[in-house]
Amino acid sequence: MVDYTYTLLIPLIPFLLFIFIGLTGHKMKPIVSGLIGTSGLAIAAILSYITAIRYFWTDHLAETGYKSIKAFEITWLHLTDKLTINIGALIDPISVMMLIVITTVSLMVHIYSIGYMKGERGYHRFFSFLSLFSFSMLGLVLATNIFQMYIFWELVGVSSFLLIGFYYEKPSAVAASKKAFIVTRFADLGFLIGILILSFNTGTFDFQLLTSPTGPAITMPGGAAFMGMSVLTWSLIFIFMGGAGKSAMFPLHVWLPDAMEGPTPVSALIHAATMVVAGVYLVARLFPVYALGAPDALTVVAWVGGISSLFAAIIACTQTDIKRVLAYSTMSQIGYMMLALGVSGYGGHDGLGFMAGNFHLFTHAMFKALLFLGAGAIIHAVHSNDMKDMGGLRKYLPITHATFLIACITIAGIPPLSGFWSKDEIMVAAWHHNKILFSIEYLVAGLTAFYMFRLYFSIFWGKATHYHHTPHEAPYVMTIPLMVLAFGAVFAGFLPFNELVTSDGLPFEAHLDWSIAIPSVLIALLGIGGATAMYMKSNGLPDKLAGVFGNGYKWAYHKFYMDEVYLFVTKKIIFRYISQPVAWFDRHIVDGFMNLVARTVDNTSNLIKNFQSGRLQQYGYVFVSGAIALVLIFVYLWNF
Amino acid sequence: MTGSIPIQYFLIISTLMFFIGIYGFLTRKNLITMLMSIELILNSVNINFVTFNKYLYPQNLQGHFFTLIIIAIAAAEAAVAIAIIINIYRNFRSIDVDNVDEMKF
Repeated sequence: MVDYTYTLLIPLIPFLLFIFIGLTGHKMKPIVSGLIGTSGLAIAAILSYITAIRYFWTDHLAETGYKSIKAFEITWLHLTDKLTINIGALIDPISVMMLIVITTVSLMVHIYSIGYMKGERGYHRFFSFLSLFSFSMLGLVLATNIFQMYIFWELVGVSSFLLIGFYYEKPSAVAASKKAFIVTRFADLGFLIGILILSFNTGTFDFQLLTSPTGPAITMPGGAAFMGMSVLTWSLIFIFMGGAGKSAMFPLHVWLPDAMEGPTPVSALIHAATMVVAGVYLVARLFPVYALGAPDALTVVAWVGGISSLFAAIIACTQTDIKRVLAYSTMSQIGYMMLALGVSGYGGHDGLGFMAGNFHLFTHAMFKALLFLGAGAIIHAVHSNDMKDMGGLRKYLPITHATFLIACITIAGIPPLSGFWSKDEIMVAAWHHNKILFSIEYLVAGLTAFYMFRLYFSIFWGKATHYHHTPHEAPYVMTIPLMVLAFGAVFAGFLPFNELVTSDGLPFEAHLDWSIAIPSVLIALLGIGGATAMYMKSNGLPDKLAGVFGNGYKWAYHKFYMDEVYLFVTKKIIFRYISQPVAWFDRHIVDGFMNLVARTVDNTSNLIKNFQSGRLQQYGYVFVSGAIALVLIFVYLWNF
Repeated sequence: MTGSIPIQYFLIISTLMFFIGIYGFLTRKNLITMLMSIELILNSVNINFVTFNKYLYPQNLQGHFFTLIIIAIAAAEAAVAIAIIINIYRNFRSIDVDNVDEMKF
């Protein structure tokens, strides 16, 4: 067996950086803390690449199929002999792939942030939080057991909370960070319940045991336990609830658009490329259990993914804040990944969806990080998030323009860029499984192309807006990451994912199905064409079209009133009928009882505190008169 | 010589001194006066010790030694007490016990 113990360093380096920069950052020049953070991440990235090259190619693991390897494990908490919690590092195709995604995007975001955050207050705080996030995310993907994953899952949530609320002086940022934390935390409750049900019934947390086809989870006796579904199905649905919260799946997506209050590099790293795909990773990690043990739960995953992708794509067509458009686009693309996992089977060509979902995760991380960083460069130049304030920027920002265009073509799924390959595999997998989901995805592909090019044309073409000062291209420290990611976005599609990342570790034959690919490219071109007609030159078409859709447009513009629904449920129902009575009980009964006790004690002590006046002579009087009284009593007693 | 003086005389003197001391301690507000009253109480006790030693156990010396110890301790106590009183005076500009009640309650 090959030794991978050094992979422990990959999460450990960012952790040490977090402590170091967090504790000493305020003493150094801002740029120094940025450079330290970036170089540490560079080492972690190099180690990840070495791991990937060794695991996939040089260690000759492919001949027997890629197995999962426990690089390192210690018992962290020994609670009882049966219940122990371990911490370690698990190396298998998806975790290695995630290592590459996280360290690459994180490194690019670090480099980019050196320029983007220049002159901001809390520069070192930003970098220490970035390191904390990288540590948590890397620990999450390397988790050997579901409990370790849960721990890092929460850590990721915390660092996301800290980074969304980075501009903590802005009330909207504070509200957004709170919202993100509460929504995902609520979803994580489901995750925890799922973990408890699953491990109570299987007696283990360990991923290798859980996902083994002969392991205790999959061979668990089925049968209807509750409402016609088995225990395993229920636990997996609960676990998926956690994943859906983190990955912003309908209806737990409300936090993601608001999370765009954070600095743009953070949006690129956390809310586009890495953290939000943690839910996909979770399902992929437990995939054998889903596929072999509980196909019903997998159907839920597929439908949630499909509905989310359509829902988000429709909203994305109407929004005007460029970061919000990208946020909804992220949600839609993650919906694709979930759907791909949901329609997949286990092993061989049946596992096409599994491979496609992970493939899309990989390519999406590249082009979506690129889009966000590009948006950051645009915001940096224009000082506005709203696409109404933009237009005709292609002359001012040539590099950003070129890379943004590449990313838009990629996400629209035009060959031979990476998005085409991964999206096509998803289409094929969906076609074999469920025709309704397949047609939803066709529609979403067209919508994706449309809203991305709407965004592109509104920013770079359209009317030439008059700017207060001429927008200028970002410095090289910001444009180089853009170019690197553009390179990744173009070429990531040529990686042979069907040989590397498969559901059972064995390669299978994947081929392009032209009968599905050509219509999907055509529908994407249709979307692009529509966007070109409407937005390339400023004209009245968009308003007319909005008028045609009427109420539909209004609903989509207001995000289908999801926020209002949530507010209604929480404020009008939960707060009024549950929280307020509970608060009343707490304030008047619980607190009232304690206040009563306190007041009684206070009154009693007021009564008796005069005995302790602190006046020596008063004590003397009492003492002497007492002594005399005693003497008199004794004398009286002795005489009789 | 001493045999000719009855023991009651000594006891009366010491009792008077004791109660004069108690009275002074309880009624005076001046710390120095209170300290002097305590000295009176101590000395009345000393007289008692010596007297009972002489009249009840003339062959023993414990009473005398006790008296000597009390005198020594009273001297030390007076030194400490006066030091405290000086400090109180510095802080409160007064040595009236009724004014020194900041730490009450």
